[in-house]
Amino acid sequence: MLKVTKYVIYDIVRNRVLIAYTLFLLLIATSLFNMEEDPSKAIISLMSIVMIMVPLISIVFATTYFFNSYEFIELLVAQPLKRSTILLGEYIGVALSLSFAFLAGIGIPILLFDATATGFVLILSGTLLTLVFISLAFLSSVITRDKAKGIGTSLMLWFYFSIIYDALILMLLFTFSDYPLEQAMIPIASLNPIDLGRIVIMLKLDISALMGYTGALFKNFFGNAMGIFYTCGIMFIWIIVPLLCSIKVFNGKNL
Amino acid sequence: MFRLSLLTFLSALLVWSPLGAKTIDVGATYTHKHPAQAIASANNGDVIILHKGTYVVKNLLINKSIILKGENQPVLDAQMKDFGITITASKVTVDGITIKNSARASMTDYAGIQAIKASHLTLKNNILINTYFGLHLAGIDSSLIENNTLTGNAPDDARSGNGIHLWQCNAISIRKNKISGHRDGIYFEFARFCHISQNISEKNFRYGLHFMFSDNDIYTNNIFRNNGTGVAVMYTKGIRMTGNIFADNWGSSAYGILLKDIGDSYITGNTFINNTVGIFMEGSSRINVTGNSFQNNGWALKLLANCAQDTFIRNKFNGNTFDVSTNGTVTLNYFKHNYWDKYTGYDLNRDGIGDIPYRPVSLYATIIEQMPYAVMLLRSFAVDLLDKAEKNIPSLTPDQLKDDSPLMKSPVQ
Amino acid sequence: MIEVKALTKNFGKLRVLKGVNISFHKGEVVSVIGPNGSGKTTLIKSILGMVIPDSGEILLDGKSINGQWKYRSKIGYMPQIGRYPDNMKIGQVFSMMRDLRTDATAPDESVLNSYKLPSLFDKTMRTLSGGTRQKVSAALAFLFNPDILILDEPTAGLDPLASEILKQHILEAKSQGKCILITSHIMSEVDELADRIVYMMDGEVAFDKTIKQIKEETGEERLGRAIANLMKTEHHA
Repeated sequence: MLKVTKYVIYDIVRNRVLIAYTLFLLLIATSLFNMEEDPSKAIISLMSIVMIMVPLISIVFATTYFFNSYEFIELLVAQPLKRSTILLGEYIGVALSLSFAFLAGIGIPILLFDATATGFVLILSGTLLTLVFISLAFLSSVITRDKAKGIGTSLMLWFYFSIIYDALILMLLFTFSDYPLEQAMIPIASLNPIDLGRIVIMLKLDISALMGYTGALFKNFFGNAMGIFYTCGIMFIWIIVPLLCSIKVFNGKNL
Repeated sequence: MFRLSLLTFLSALLVWSPLGAKTIDVGATYTHKHPAQAIASANNGDVIILHKGTYVVKNLLINKSIILKGENQPVLDAQMKDFGITITASKVTVDGITIKNSARASMTDYAGIQAIKASHLTLKNNILINTYFGLHLAGIDSSLIENNTLTGNAPDDARSGNGIHLWQCNAISIRKNKISGHRDGIYFEFARFCHISQNISEKNFRYGLHFMFSDNDIYTNNIFRNNGTGVAVMYTKGIRMTGNIFADNWGSSAYGILLKDIGDSYITGNTFINNTVGIFMEGSSRINVTGNSFQNNGWALKLLANCAQDTFIRNKFNGNTFDVSTNGTVTLNYFKHNYWDKYTGYDLNRDGIGDIPYRPVSLYATIIEQMPYAVMLLRSFAVDLLDKAEKNIPSLTPDQLKDDSPLMKSPVQ
Repeated sequence: MIEVKALTKNFGKLRVLKGVNISFHKGEVVSVIGPNGSGKTTLIKSILGMVIPDSGEILLDGKSINGQWKYRSKIGYMPQIGRYPDNMKIGQVFSMMRDLRTDATAPDESVLNSYKLPSLFDKTMRTLSGGTRQKVSAALAFLFNPDILILDEPTAGLDPLASEILKQHILEAKSQGKCILITSHIMSEVDELADRIVYMMDGEVAFDKTIKQIKEETGEERLGRAIANLMKTEHHA
């Protein structure tokens, strides 16, 4: 598995898109920190960008990469290698490369300009989102043979999680505003990794406001380390489940 | 030479007057073993020196104008049975004494020091430990409460009394005290023309400062921090609050400061930091909020629609989740020359004032007022889009609530 | 060595294999021929585990390959169109394959050397001609000295000299007792190499006969014509 990973990374590091992505993040992060006098404000702007760009680039890049390395996968499938080994090896390779790009592009500026708890949580959340969206990219890659269809599915997923889902929730809240929805909110948020990623950061950034809520559930969730553990746990499920599904599909896939 | 001798004479006069005043020592090695004996044998104007040691007291009554001064912080222990000291005479000084373990009861306001219907009292340098109420003053005029430390050990809100409690008092100066572990740190009811400065009131169960019907008081440079529900003040007019810090008050009904039916007052140069709500204003009018700094609060201001003619000028709003929220669509309050960190306008003529107005009430803040659980979507891209749209064409947020001349740079630190 | 039993495979509505039964043995070269779309490549890919059959089974040395992967160390596969990571150099492809195949014993570099590939090790895969790619594929198929060789259109795209070299290697492998499976459209080549022909048609085995049998039955010396005759009789039978 790690051998497969080795060759994936070997191939990916020379990928121009990945280098451009790293530089793009680096440019945005450093210029935000330089423009804003208050680093905590730069973190807020950075968060908005990370929440949109990181899932988008991760899912599109991973899908494209998967289809572009179809030859390599075919070559490997005819070898005495387990299919799950091949796919996991690919995943780890892409995941390591994109996480590295994110950490270099966003992590280094944060460590230099604003090494606060909020900054670290942003790094953590961005990295987890990277992994989740590569997982989703693999799933949308294995369910079709067609590159255009695969990238289309990936874009739809991104659009759904970053905009549509929240708009639907807002409508849901309007429609059922008379009902006690407190219990439902955490499960609802758990169904969207981007929401979760944002909530972990909010636990640092907006804790003053969040503590204003009356519900005991909210208070327990926001008030202690549980919130962060819970969100990280669910994020891991978001990484593992699509990955396992894509392994299952890949195992039965005709190449 | 002449001047020096005059000074000596005057100070001698001060110490010895009225004529014939004497000093009585109390302590294990002295004639008087207990302060009660000393007070019994004292006359008005006498000085009782209480030497180091622990004295068990059962409501030590001071009914003469004496000075009770502790040497090396002697301890009066009420053994959880009664008041520590009760003062019923004027011109009494209690200085440098530790009073501990007053009784606790729900019907009687047991206190470390209780003072009733007197004037010209000085209570200073005392340490109160584990008292139900700390200093309980009723019907007191023209007195000084300075440099006392009050530490309550109450297990909860219901079984705790107030730190410094004033009822029907006038012209009391409360300075440099430290109060913690009580129900309310400082509690006033009908306390007028008081001056409260440089106190630190923190970690009290309910309010750091709580008053009502206490007109014309001045609060300067106090710190109210990490109290159960912050500071709440009600039914009062003519207050000046300057240079105070209201910090770290988190909770569903916790406020840096809650103003209810407050009128004709000034809130100037204060810092509100890390509170769920910086200032909550209800039914408050003609309040001048100027030069304050609101930082990292959930809501800097919650301004209910029944507030009118309040002015908010040259304040700094920085790092708050929401700047202002309100419950109505009309507002009769006035915002001018404030610094808003969320302002995205421009200043083409470079006069330091933004060329387009700032609307501090975001659509999302309005939505959250109605649907609190929508907080989950805070900072979501979809919500940001909504907010941007609303900022350009206000429909749900109050159209008139805006700062027409926002500052480009913060006026305060 | 390999037994294919009642193998079926559908791609959507298209029935590609309709119950195929064949067996392949040691020391023989079997040529699977048939028109385009008759199911040859699907059969090969099923044996390689690249296509998952719907029903039926494939036994290798008596053991089902279903869900297995280790058996593939016994197979050397040369695809019809060899596709390799574009960014890699030829040398890197070989060293990568060696690195990945931890199971491999002493490598057989005879094909590699016959094609003088080591002198091209610095060329990236992207720049290669179709023929050179085929040489790479062939060298890879032989590299780990497998018991079974599956060669899909091996000489298509190779120049005559290179084809000749490959044929020599195939015959040599046969003499070493390997089981060799070839698909081809070139009848002269089949005639030259194969002991047996499996003719596939619409997802079924139309006939499975040795070359000797075919020639005897039809009385034709030229294999192409013999098969054409045979198909006529099969159809009318």
